Amino acid sequence: MEKSPIFDEMWGREERLRAPYQRFHDWFDGEDSRRLWAKQREAEELFRLTGITFNVYGRAEADERLIPFDIIPRIISDREWSRVTRGIEQRIRAINAFLHDIYHGQEILKAGRIPREMISTNSAFEPRMLGVTPPGGIYTHIVGIDLVRTGPDEFFVLEDNARTPSGVSYMLENRETMLQMFPELFSQNRVRDVQSYPTDLRQSLADCAPAKTEGTPVVAVLTPGIYNSAYFEHAFLADQMSVELVEGHDLRVVDGRVAMRTIHGYKPIDVLYRRVDDDFLDPLNFNLDSQLGIPGIMDVYRAGGISIANAPGTGIADDKAIYSYMPDIVEFYTGERPILRNVPTWRCSEPDQLSYVLDNLKDLVVKEVHGSGGYGMLIGPAATKKELAAFRRKLKARPGRYIAQPTLSLSTVPIFAQKGLSPRHVDLRPFGLVSPGRIKVTPGGLTRVALKKGSLVVNSSQGGGTKDTWILED
Amino acid sequence: MLGKTANGLYWMYRLLERAENTSRLIETGQRIALTSLDSGEEEWRSVLQSAGSLGQFEINRDELTKDNAIDWLLRDRANPSSVLSCIETARQNARLVRTALTNEVWEATNAAYMSARQMLARKVAERDLPGVLGAMRQTTSLVRGMTHGTMLRNNIYNFTRLGTFIERADCTARIMDVKYYVLLPSASAVGTSLDNVQWETILRSVSARGGFRMEYGAGAGRREIAQFLILDKRMPRSLAFCVGKLSDNLRYLQSGMMHPGPAQLKAQTIERTYLSHDVDAVFDFGLHEYIGTFLRLLAELSGQIETDFRFYE
Repeated sequence: MEKSPIFDEMWGREERLRAPYQRFHDWFDGEDSRRLWAKQREAEELFRLTGITFNVYGRAEADERLIPFDIIPRIISDREWSRVTRGIEQRIRAINAFLHDIYHGQEILKAGRIPREMISTNSAFEPRMLGVTPPGGIYTHIVGIDLVRTGPDEFFVLEDNARTPSGVSYMLENRETMLQMFPELFSQNRVRDVQSYPTDLRQSLADCAPAKTEGTPVVAVLTPGIYNSAYFEHAFLADQMSVELVEGHDLRVVDGRVAMRTIHGYKPIDVLYRRVDDDFLDPLNFNLDSQLGIPGIMDVYRAGGISIANAPGTGIADDKAIYSYMPDIVEFYTGERPILRNVPTWRCSEPDQLSYVLDNLKDLVVKEVHGSGGYGMLIGPAATKKELAAFRRKLKARPGRYIAQPTLSLSTVPIFAQKGLSPRHVDLRPFGLVSPGRIKVTPGGLTRVALKKGSLVVNSSQGGGTKDTWILED
Repeated sequence: MLGKTANGLYWMYRLLERAENTSRLIETGQRIALTSLDSGEEEWRSVLQSAGSLGQFEINRDELTKDNAIDWLLRDRANPSSVLSCIETARQNARLVRTALTNEVWEATNAAYMSARQMLARKVAERDLPGVLGAMRQTTSLVRGMTHGTMLRNNIYNFTRLGTFIERADCTARIMDVKYYVLLPSASAVGTSLDNVQWETILRSVSARGGFRMEYGAGAGRREIAQFLILDKRMPRSLAFCVGKLSDNLRYLQSGMMHPGPAQLKAQTIERTYLSHDVDAVFDFGLHEYIGTFLRLLAELSGQIETDFRFYE
């Protein structure tokens, strides 16, 4: 049999059913495709009714759209997963140590492992955090690590999300939907639980409360408001954790604490899980025009009056320009070899690397250092000559804005298509919760899938969908 | 609970109640237009007045016709009180207070929104009107039913009730404010068919025709209608019933506090001063003046609720 260059998580490279999919496959064989189509529609209806939608920026009408959901689960064995988990934990430890170092002694810069200007000229670096130690010493309370896979045990980190990673509500709702639609599948397969995430999150946040806390820590979720694209998730998490969902104008600084306006007066908050960007957090300290933040919160924070999750200034750890240094960062702080590999990355800011990128543009993926959502990137193999030429000009004009990576042969997972199962490229965002002395990685995560055949772009803003992700207990 | 959440709940339920009331006003207007041949533009004028949007209508629409009035009340986004606007804004508020609602209530609200968006996307043809109006009342009622059946009886629930009953009292009072003259014991038109049509209009506008007949018999007249709509505590849309509920819910919200709050005191005053006499006292006071005073006090009460519970900064 011919060996495919692309690894399929159900069929491997040689059309042999892989073990984690065995039970699922038996079940699927006995199913009627009409019933499954009905289920697929039912799932969509369920999502619409629950209001799991996202707002698309840059559209005339603030449209609410559904992220397509595919009913075929992505299945990973416990053995495969445990290595991923160790890798993520290692990476999160390194990120937190790195952040503490950057805002204190800067040993890694002194050791010459990262050029000083990578930090000092980086807009994600937050000078107001210099010398500040957050409560419990935790910088990144919630981390989402984007992984791609190219073989049975080959996982690469595509991106670290250390600011305000989103998508966890989809992980939970996808599971909820699957449990409702296919209970029998969960009887046949021992799938590890993700539903305790909100409880774990609340506990983890409470464990990071500042020393000034009296009694049970008061936790709140800070959202930019109902027009934010992830508002559904903010409300969902606040609801699941049974904590208040607040906006900037619900909060003010009262007696050196950040307090929320309740129907019976102002009540102090101990831990704020904020889903607004650093720039909008405090109009006094950052962006004067911000309507979203709380004037003076940074002063309370520096005085140890509140815990902010994630801490301001964590962006310096997940910046795309810093990404290429992550293997060094992991080694420097943990003294270990990185368990999870980085995708090889060329920094276009360095002349010799730029010239390699320009010479090999048609084989590379080029990303903006500060971009997100799959916007502004070039996928070399899929680009026309004209697009390549245009991008080449952009690169020459502002090389420092870009990094380049090889196009990996991303793994595929079947989706339910017109003619039955059909392979599509996927990535995976597992979530880690960090509290003093403890990192907890939820067994599962958000699988994003490029629904268009052959496409490598999984972003929901660019036609990607999601799947339930199963970690099977051995 | 956050002041903002209280605010969102209050308005979510006010607007759902308003959507229901407006659709009932349209239904009544349409029925009169079909059954009483000499009614016309005047009747729609009073429907618009009862809905509190005659002024806005005249600014936004050229001509007062039946089609224009119905379209304005049902689906014009320029009219913040149209059924469509109310349901959309109610759902917007529901998103804002999502964490305070049960899944059942949220899903029912979202379903009401989806069906309103779909059924009111285009001008509604006359033959479809009864079905559409029925559906709007049904979907909003489902939210109320889910609220009743799944929500804890705590301060969240209290604010849903405050919104509902402020709006409902306001609606019943406005209907009487517009038609007060047909309830006055003046000499003209007594016992004429015009009179009967008008009485029936009032009762239909508050879904109370059956209840009224059951309690007061077929021969009853204007005095009993006024008694029924203002003072009858068994009638769920009467002023006394609504203010009683407002008073109860404000009392629950203040429980544990040393003193009754200003809004609670205001509600008690309305009850004591205006709703504990018999209907003759109302007529002695002057029905029109009475209704006018009531509407003013109700608006004050609403403002006081906003202040007491810190709806805004």
